Amino acid sequence: MAEKIDILGAAGAIAKGLGVTFKEMMSPTVTENYPDEPPKFEERFRGSHILQRDENGMEKCVACFLCAAACPADCIYIEAAENTETTRISGGERYAKVYNIDYNRCIFCGYCVEACPTDAITHGHGFELASYNTSTLIKRKEDMLAPVPPGAHAPVIAAEEAAAH
Amino acid sequence: MSDSSVPGNILAEAEEEPQQPGGTRRMVLNMGPQHPSTHGVLRLLIELDGEIVAKCEPDIGFLHTGIEKECEVKTYQQAVTLTDRVDYLAPLSNNLCYCLAVEKLLQLEIPPQAQWMRVMLTELTRLNSHLVWLGTHAIDIGAMSVFLYCFREREEILKIFEMFSGQRMMTSYFRIGGLALEPPRGWQKRVTSFIDIFPSRIDEYENLLTNNQIWIGRTRGVGFIPLEDMLDLGVTGPMLRAAGLAMDARKDAPYTSYEKFDFEVPTRTENDVYARYQVRIEEMRQSTRIIRQALEGMPAGPWKADAPHVVLPDREKMKTQMEALIYHFKIVTEGFRVPEGEVYQVIESPRGELGYYVVSDGTTRPYRVHMRTPSFGNLQAVPKMVEGILIADVIASIGSVDFVLGDSDR
Ligand code: SF4
Ligand code: SF4
Repeated sequence: MAEKIDILGAAGAIAKGLGVTFKEMMSPTVTENYPDEPPKFEERFRGSHILQRDENGMEKCVACFLCAAACPADCIYIEAAENTETTRISGGERYAKVYNIDYNRCIFCGYCVEACPTDAITHGHGFELASYNTSTLIKRKEDMLAPVPPGAHAPVIAAEEAAAH
Repeated sequence: MSDSSVPGNILAEAEEEPQQPGGTRRMVLNMGPQHPSTHGVLRLLIELDGEIVAKCEPDIGFLHTGIEKECEVKTYQQAVTLTDRVDYLAPLSNNLCYCLAVEKLLQLEIPPQAQWMRVMLTELTRLNSHLVWLGTHAIDIGAMSVFLYCFREREEILKIFEMFSGQRMMTSYFRIGGLALEPPRGWQKRVTSFIDIFPSRIDEYENLLTNNQIWIGRTRGVGFIPLEDMLDLGVTGPMLRAAGLAMDARKDAPYTSYEKFDFEVPTRTENDVYARYQVRIEEMRQSTRIIRQALEGMPAGPWKADAPHVVLPDREKMKTQMEALIYHFKIVTEGFRVPEGEVYQVIESPRGELGYYVVSDGTTRPYRVHMRTPSFGNLQAVPKMVEGILIADVIASIGSVDFVLGDSDR
């Protein structure tokens, strides 16, 4: 502890410090007004996933399982099925019948996006994922699919299979 | 309470101790595990004689995550995401050290642009870490406004990280073989505008603190510990430099082309909390210098190594060339084999010497990854530092160590 405090010096130092405070009072605020205003993200922000469709409305995912292999948190679950004459979901031979991501485990690392050879899985900017119930955090394919682009035909699903869906 | 599992059992000892003449007895104070000044879950058992600390024992391990063990079940590239989470204030330093270690085993040559980018981003990490340290250290001692200003600048650094990698904190931006993604469009402008204003912001913090009598009163002459003791305990980083020893891995064992940069290693000799503050402020200025040099001299060229068996091919190639697609499938599904051997790589993290010891048994997953983290070593200095001083000075002393509990417990 300092034994003797130099009064003038202390007053000067306080004045200098207050000078900073007054200068900052005049400068514009940098805080974001979330949730009243949407937060700003950088382009590459890794938020909740979006499963993309191609220009014809077909799902881009061909159920190759690469994303599931790359995932360090093991949180992607896929069941593959063959496209047929009557049921055509994706552009490739197979499509993902079930595609779940467990957001309890996902660490938003982007390894799945990096691994996907067809750019099917991408990171959106969604981030408001908190929930009181962890079972709602397992998102299914339907929750993540991008909307069918305007003018495109939605994937063809045969009548009996559509009934089963 | 007499609990024999307590480290050193000082609680029980104090109970048994006979009352001293005058009816006084030593008091045991549990500081933590949830104490605002420990910034994490550190428990300090402090035995007090009046207001003087008679004995202090840190109890660590509350944040043990098992990251070292977890690395053994991930492929080499997947383990990068785990290194992010060792030290939440310096994820890129941990990424870098791990990648350097594995690259040494693989004998990979990293192209200059990736190396310089790594230097620039780890120096930004140093700024990020020192800013959080300065803000929280000041708030512990009672200076509120510094905290707000520090976090404003830190926010900009995190935005830069987000711009590069997509994530503010858990970046995973350095990968084995180079960078995860191409540097984003317009990064030069962003980093330049930050670096242009940052020195004036350091002046601002200094205006608030450096000559402030209260700050000086709380920090000067506090937290002394002899240099020999620090060396014995394994203390590294700014604490050593504040005791006059210019030990810095960036100078002593340059990695990622640090030898091409012109900077100084600041030292002080007073060896107290105030000296550590001065050292870190000066380090921020030096980091700014390094970032500016990296910005101006950034070499052009590829940002990942030319090693098709390790590094994922370019996306364009992967979609058009069969061979690249095969490599892509192989690397993603199996990973890559790393030659048998072991390696120890040291870098200078914001907190001191960070070392990764990686053992490979020739498979696609590490046999062992051990982290020599600076927080663990530095924390060992706390008892020596605080015994015999006032309880109020304990806060200032442990703040000057700048530890991250996740980093210390792994
Ligand atoms: S972001 Fe990472 S953790 Fe999440 S699903 Fe993709 S690979 Fe798995
Ligand atoms: S999202 Fe991509 S990587 Fe994953 S199964 Fe579908 S096509 Fe393969």
